[in-house]
Amino acid sequence: MIKNEKSACFVETKSYTIEEKIKFESGVEFAPITVAYETYGELNTDKTNAILVIHALTGDAHAAGYHSENDKKPGWWDTMIGAGKAFDTDKYFVICTNILGGCSGTTGPSSINPETGKSYGTTFPVFTIEDTVKVQKKLLDYLGIKKLYSVAGGSMGGMQAMQFVISYPDFVDSAILIATTSRLSPQAIAFNAVGRNSIISDPFWNNGDYYDKENKPDRGLSTARMIGHITYLCEEAMYNKFGRRLQNKDHYDFNFDIDFQVESYLQHQGQIFVDRFDANSYLYITKAIDYFDPAKKYGSLKEAFKKSEAKFLIISFDSDWLFPSSQAKEIVNTLVQIGKDVSYCEIQSPCGHDAFLLEFEVQTKIIKSFLNTHIKGDEDNAE
Amino acid sequence: MLNRHYAASKGLHLNYSIIEKIIEENSRVLDLGCGNGYLLKLLKDKKNVKGNGIEISQNEVIRCLEKGLSVIQGDIDEGLKQISDKYYDYVILNQTLQSAHNPDFVLEEMLRAGKKCIVSFPNFAYWKVRFNFFFTGNMPKSRVLPFEWYNTPNIHLLTIKDFFEYAKKNNIKILEGLYTTKAHIRKGIQYNIFSNFFAEEAIFVISRD
Repeated sequence: MIKNEKSACFVETKSYTIEEKIKFESGVEFAPITVAYETYGELNTDKTNAILVIHALTGDAHAAGYHSENDKKPGWWDTMIGAGKAFDTDKYFVICTNILGGCSGTTGPSSINPETGKSYGTTFPVFTIEDTVKVQKKLLDYLGIKKLYSVAGGSMGGMQAMQFVISYPDFVDSAILIATTSRLSPQAIAFNAVGRNSIISDPFWNNGDYYDKENKPDRGLSTARMIGHITYLCEEAMYNKFGRRLQNKDHYDFNFDIDFQVESYLQHQGQIFVDRFDANSYLYITKAIDYFDPAKKYGSLKEAFKKSEAKFLIISFDSDWLFPSSQAKEIVNTLVQIGKDVSYCEIQSPCGHDAFLLEFEVQTKIIKSFLNTHIKGDEDNAE
Repeated sequence: MLNRHYAASKGLHLNYSIIEKIIEENSRVLDLGCGNGYLLKLLKDKKNVKGNGIEISQNEVIRCLEKGLSVIQGDIDEGLKQISDKYYDYVILNQTLQSAHNPDFVLEEMLRAGKKCIVSFPNFAYWKVRFNFFFTGNMPKSRVLPFEWYNTPNIHLLTIKDFFEYAKKNNIKILEGLYTTKAHIRKGIQYNIFSNFFAEEAIFVISRD
C-alpha cells in the first residue's frame, strides 16, 4: 500500500460557479466562471482558521490526499498539507483552487462557452494575476470566510498570495510567499516567451482552435514544458540528477535519437504534460505571470503593500535562478522599510526553483513555527 | 552562527539582563546577529518591545521563528540599507562586533538606523588575556574567547581603550559604559585604565545626534 494513514481519507474536487460578471483588469466583463477547489481539515465555528494555498503554473486544486484507491500519486503539496504537517489539517482549514484560465476544473480557454456551445479557445479574455485572485476571493466569500488565517503559495502561487494581500489588505492575517517575485526578470519572461512561441508555431495550434480537431498542438506544448523544466532545475541539480550519463546505453548512437539521460527526462516530462494540460491555458497563464508587476501598477512596491495588515514570511532558495533570492530580498526590504512584520529565510538547496516542492522538511519547520506562533503573537504585534 | 558559538561560553546571561535593564519599555528594537532569539524574546516578554532580528544562520532563524519573533536571514556586514534613518529606538550588537568583517561599517549603519545603539564585546586588554599572551606566547584563549586562532570567528578583537579612541575619532557619543567581570559591574562614560585591565567584557550605549 502506498497510502499511509494520514492520506486514508479520500478527497474530492468540488466546484462553485460564479454567475455574476467579474470585471477583469483588461476591462472585459466575464461570466460565468466555475471554480474547482478542494478543502482539507475543518473550518472552525468562528471561521478563523482558513488557509488558502495557491498552486504554481501547472498545478491544480488537488493539493493533498488521494482521490481514490487507484491514485498513484497524492496531491501536489501532500508533503506539506495534512495532519501534523506544515499546514496542519488538525488545526487549519486548507483550501486550494484551480487557477482562472486553467484546465483542471476552473473555467479556462478549453471550457465550453455557453453562448456558442464551443470551447472558448483564444476568445477567452486575457486575464491577470489580479483577476485570478478576484475569482478566489469570490469562492472564499461563498464559503463564508471573513478573513484568512494565512495565504500561501510558491512561484506563481506566491505572486497570487502577494496580490491577495495587496487587493484585500485587511482580509489576510498572514502571507507565506515562497520562491517568488514581485516581477519576473526579463530572463524569465524570455523563457516564457519561447514556451509560448513553441506552442503558437505548432501548426496544430490553429490559432487556438483545436479542441474538436484530431490533432492538438502537443509538440509545441511539450517543448514548452521541456523549456520550463530546464528553468526549474539548476546546473547543480542537473549534474546530480543526470550528469552526462547516457540513457540505457554505454555508447553514442551517432544519430538524433535520445542519447543522454537529461534528454530522456525532458522528453518524458514533455510527453506526460500534454495529457494533463491545455496549450491555450499555458499561453494565458504564462502571460498573466509576465504581466504581474504591482510596483508598476501602484507606483511602487511600497505603495502596493502600504495598506496590508498581514504578517509576512518570505522563503527563497539559494540555487533558484528563475525566482532568485535577490528578488525575494527586494520584497523583504520593501516590507521592512514600511514597517511591516516580516520574516525571511533563504534555504540552502541544490534543487533550483523546484526546491519549493521538494525541500519539505526544512519548509515544514519554518512554516509550522510561523503559523503556530502567530495565533499567540497577534497582540504582541499590535503597535 | 557566531552567537551560537559564543553562547556556548557562559558570559551571556549577565549581558542579557544588563541589556534588558537598559532598554525602555515599548521601544522598537533591532538585534543584529540575534542568534536563537533569546535576547529578543526576553525583551518582548519583559519590556514589550517591538523587535526584529537579523541572523545569518538558517537554523538560528528557525529557532527565532519558533519563538514567534520576526527575523530576517541576512549578513550584517552587508549593511542595513533597507532600514530608514533612526527607525529603531535601539539597535543591539551583542558580542558580534569583533566578528564582523567591517566593524566600522556595521557601527556606522547601526548609528544611522538607531537612535541609540548597544554594543558589547569581549575586552582584549583584560588582564587574564594579557597574561595568557605574555606568558604562553600563544594567541590568548579564555572563557569568552574559547577559539583557536584558525577557527575563531573573532577576527577584529579590540579593547575598551580602542573603543573609546574609536568613538572620539568618529564623533560617537558614549551615553553609558558598563564593564563586567564574573561578579562585578562597573560603570563610567570616561576611559578608565582599571576597567580596561580588569573588565572581561564591555557594554556601551552609544549614539550620534
